[in-house]
Amino acid sequence: MLEARNIVKTFNTGTVNEKKALKGVSLTLHDGDFVTVIGGNGAGKSTFLNAIAGVWPVDEGQIIIDGKNITKFPEHKRAAFLGRVFQDPMNGTAASMGIEENLALAFRRGSRRTLKVGITNSERTLYKDTLSRLGLGLQSRMTSKVGLLSGGQRQALTLLMATLKQPKLLLLDEHTAALDPKTAKKVLDLTQEIVNNQHLTALMVTHNMKDAIQIGNRLIMMHEGQIIYDVAGEEKKALRVEDLLRKFEEASGEEFANDRMMLAK
Amino acid sequence: MASLFNALPGAAAQGLIWGIMAIGVYLTYRILDIADLTVDGSFCTGGAVCIMLMLGGQNAWAAMFGAILAGMATGLATGIFHTFMGIPAILAGILTQLGLYSVNLKIMGKANQAINVDKFDLLVSLRFIKNVPFVNNTIFIVAVLIVVLILILYWFFGTELGCSLRATGCNDKMARAQGINTDFARVLGLMLSNGLVALAGALLGQYQGFADVNMGRGAIVIGLAAVIIGEALFGKIFHNFGFRLLGVALGSIVYYLVLQIVIWLGIDPDLLKLLSALVVAFFLGIPTWKARYMKGGLADILGKGKGR
Repeated sequence: MLEARNIVKTFNTGTVNEKKALKGVSLTLHDGDFVTVIGGNGAGKSTFLNAIAGVWPVDEGQIIIDGKNITKFPEHKRAAFLGRVFQDPMNGTAASMGIEENLALAFRRGSRRTLKVGITNSERTLYKDTLSRLGLGLQSRMTSKVGLLSGGQRQALTLLMATLKQPKLLLLDEHTAALDPKTAKKVLDLTQEIVNNQHLTALMVTHNMKDAIQIGNRLIMMHEGQIIYDVAGEEKKALRVEDLLRKFEEASGEEFANDRMMLAK
Repeated sequence: MASLFNALPGAAAQGLIWGIMAIGVYLTYRILDIADLTVDGSFCTGGAVCIMLMLGGQNAWAAMFGAILAGMATGLATGIFHTFMGIPAILAGILTQLGLYSVNLKIMGKANQAINVDKFDLLVSLRFIKNVPFVNNTIFIVAVLIVVLILILYWFFGTELGCSLRATGCNDKMARAQGINTDFARVLGLMLSNGLVALAGALLGQYQGFADVNMGRGAIVIGLAAVIIGEALFGKIFHNFGFRLLGVALGSIVYYLVLQIVIWLGIDPDLLKLLSALVVAFFLGIPTWKARYMKGGLADILGKGKGR
């Protein structure tokens, strides 16, 4: 499915602010893998996701999706393979466009944008059905501007947009971190439901260790631009938060305790 | 008073012509969220190309079509500066505008080219305001043109391609994540916008009977003024995209009518550009003041009306 080979990325090369964000990250995902990604601030989690999404070119390494080398593809071409949800609810949708218009944009991910009508009536029916399954009442506000929705609603909508067209890989970059706990749980439940129903392959960055353990079938821990721990299956299910903390200390030789975010329930 | 009333039809005609240019500015400023200063140059390019083609024996429609193509080329230049070369949009527009000064001189061969309304078959002219058959009246012709243009734009921005332009202007990160080539969208938007601006220049060239290398000076300010006046006066009534474009065109007419009244009141015409600049600056400041001193302005919620 996804093969990332020895990805290297350095920001501000040759300046005092030089930051080696990714130091040779390799990861192979199999069909249907749902991988949670944890690590401290600056570990390279988001950078890794951005490398896959093609936000900027990587310095070294290759990214292969479904046997296709997409390393040289610009961001908008890679979008044909990827569904993405960002941390900031403002980032995933177009605020001044309607709900149905946003969905219509997402429905055309990977196809050429032509002079055909931007949203057909049969699509509207499809969107209405899909929205009503969210249970947020959005199906009756199809033409409302997305800017009028709450953060949780926008994030749920973004999730829907990311998966409306089956992506080869779903990238979730702390997509619940900006939401209140109750809404975060709702969006997380929805995420699991969609990933399971559509048998998606997904990478989910999270700051919440409990979520990282409970959700998905595989967990990776990153530290200083490298993957320091990779666990799957039964072994992952048996993990406890304390195990993760110890693993981190072993691998990094540092105390995890000072990274409060990681302990968030 | 009589002099004012005599001047009003002319002001309305000019307002309509500048309205087309203002719609072009609306496309970049409001839809793509770019302040495109190319227009100061491309407006004149449109006028110059149209007048020269007509002097060369082309009919008015062919000459205007040529002007539109030339305007789109200027938008392409700014688009390439901006996307391919990564130059900030404002600077890219200024560069094109400066370069166009030379290009426009070369197109015309000198700073000013006149066209005689008696010898050439002009589509619009300040002579065709009064005492002409209704269908030949400049106000009628430009009004019809505007309605047709708005219909075309309304259709276009409802297509897949048009929606991708709107998404790019609204949230380019999201647009790319949804597979939209945002660079292409920006270049296309700049080309469309400057094509319209050049068409307005072509019409004004015919209307006033000459093209002048300085005819586009400050065009961006007039365009912005029309956009702002249109939104302030009609924003509450016109929600539909097509009507908003119409509001912009009407805003341009209001601008010219007010200008005419100010002139009639006896203000020194030398001060008009200063006045325009100050008025536009004032209105551009309103969203910021609203956000700073009033809570929960609609501008915040929609994430619009602010520069980025």
